[in-house]
Amino acid sequence: MANVISDETIEYVGILAKLELSSEEKEAAKKDMGEMLDYIDKLNELDTSSVEPMSHVFPVHNVFREDEVTNGDGHEDALKNAPERKEDTFVVPKTIV
Amino acid sequence: MKQYETVIGLEVHVELATKTKIFCGCSTAFGGAPNSHTCPVCTGMPGSLPVLNKKVVEYAVAVGLATNCTITKNCKFDRKNYFYPDNPQNYQISQLYLPICRNGGIEIETEAGGKKTIGIREIHMEEDAGKLVHDEWGENSLVDFNRSGVPLIEIVSEPDMRSAEEVIAYLEKLRMIIQYLGASDCKLQEGSMRADVNLSVREAGAEEFGTRTEMKNLNSFKAISRAIEGERERQIDLIEAGEKVIQETRRWDDEKEYSYAMRSKEDAQDYRYFPEPDLVPVLISDEWLEEIKAAQPEFQSEKMERYQTEFGLPEYDAGIITSNKHLADIFEQTNAICNSPKKVSNWLMVETMRLLKEEDMDVEEIRFSPENLAKLIKLTEEKVINSSVAKEVFEKIFHEDIDPESYVEEKGLKTVSDDGALRSTIEKIVAENPKSVEDYKSGKKKAIGFLVGQTMKAMQGKADPGMVNQILAEILDA
Repeated sequence: MANVISDETIEYVGILAKLELSSEEKEAAKKDMGEMLDYIDKLNELDTSSVEPMSHVFPVHNVFREDEVTNGDGHEDALKNAPERKEDTFVVPKTIV
Repeated sequence: MKQYETVIGLEVHVELATKTKIFCGCSTAFGGAPNSHTCPVCTGMPGSLPVLNKKVVEYAVAVGLATNCTITKNCKFDRKNYFYPDNPQNYQISQLYLPICRNGGIEIETEAGGKKTIGIREIHMEEDAGKLVHDEWGENSLVDFNRSGVPLIEIVSEPDMRSAEEVIAYLEKLRMIIQYLGASDCKLQEGSMRADVNLSVREAGAEEFGTRTEMKNLNSFKAISRAIEGERERQIDLIEAGEKVIQETRRWDDEKEYSYAMRSKEDAQDYRYFPEPDLVPVLISDEWLEEIKAAQPEFQSEKMERYQTEFGLPEYDAGIITSNKHLADIFEQTNAICNSPKKVSNWLMVETMRLLKEEDMDVEEIRFSPENLAKLIKLTEEKVINSSVAKEVFEKIFHEDIDPESYVEEKGLKTVSDDGALRSTIEKIVAENPKSVEDYKSGKKKAIGFLVGQTMKAMQGKADPGMVNQILAEILDA
């Protein structure tokens, strides 16, 4: 494995992804990520300077909706998923507004 | 002391005037009950798929064309990843790599009377976040996702501005263009136009930029001006004290006229953008571009021309009235009712502007209805009230949007047209003021002014001054 992921990197990626990993999980993740980067390095060996970057895997473009209201009041459905609700709002831990 | 130059760039977010959100068919109407305008897409439910609102692309292109941008004919969306309770998907769909418009600019007038071009680096389309409200009764925040998914364009300028005046001139010009396009109402107070200010200072003549800070929470032109002055001074003080300006985001508190650091850029401005896999690319053909161009509404210069030819307004009037779309709309709606263009224009240019200045208000905050101004104009044309009463009534219309007809009736402000009552009052005034009468008769014609004034006072302002003059002259010259 050419790419070695440091403990700091795993820590940082964990913070960004809001994941708490055990030390075993961290080691496993370090190995997986190193292998992924090795694979990317392999892909990078190919000269793609004359190829347009692909923006989507399917050759489809311009899928639109017209600007017309099609949805009604969705608050009851949305709030079904609320861990806690107050009247018609979601309750979340206090944020600095 | 050293001379410093302020360098400012703006990120302006504008809420587009679509009926529905950018990726779902939920309404964007303002003021609905919390979470009533939501669906699985705009609340980030797993498995839901966004579909782009065509109108958003058309508005963004229209704004880009009007600000001299190059349109990115093959553009796409990207995901900006971050966790925050107002962001249900844990990412915002935005554009990083191929924003829809690039390399534009608009011309502003500087204070010195010159012209200056402010560059626009890019305009991109994105979705707004939900709204967080602090729960006054508990230690929690409450989330309303009605705004989640409302379409925005973010207009990023080059760091071309050097003073608060230039910033305001740029924002006013941008707002005028967007309002004329009908792409947004651009109300700063209601948040449909929001400006973040990137500011740094450097010694006059220096080539390199200083370290910049970004200021948020600026919801009026006044707040923007104050925040720029405050931040400029703060940075100069730091530099003079031999300290360093830290690159950070600061939140402006307009009440305290002070900004404080929100978060340091070191701790996580790591958004890990990647191409949005749920949306397909947008290809803008020449035909579509032409259609959008053809559908553009009347611009300020065209409107100004039309006001002169169609309504016979002087160029000066037409310039002022059309300088703001809201003002032009009020003009057209009022005139459509009373058909007195010059009078409507006078009320807007003179009294309205005076009251706006007096109340420290923005043109956007004008709330009176065209119907009431039209009624007032009719009352003056029919000489039901005189001009000084009309000014008084207008103040009421301006502040409370009262119906002038019933107000004049209730307060008994109608001009006394009863010839007999007026004549007997004048006779009384003449009898009480022999000195003025003598002055008048001995050739001091100006003395009549005093008698007119006394009569108006006795009539509590409710007489037609022209009529008072006429009757007085009749009596005195008899």
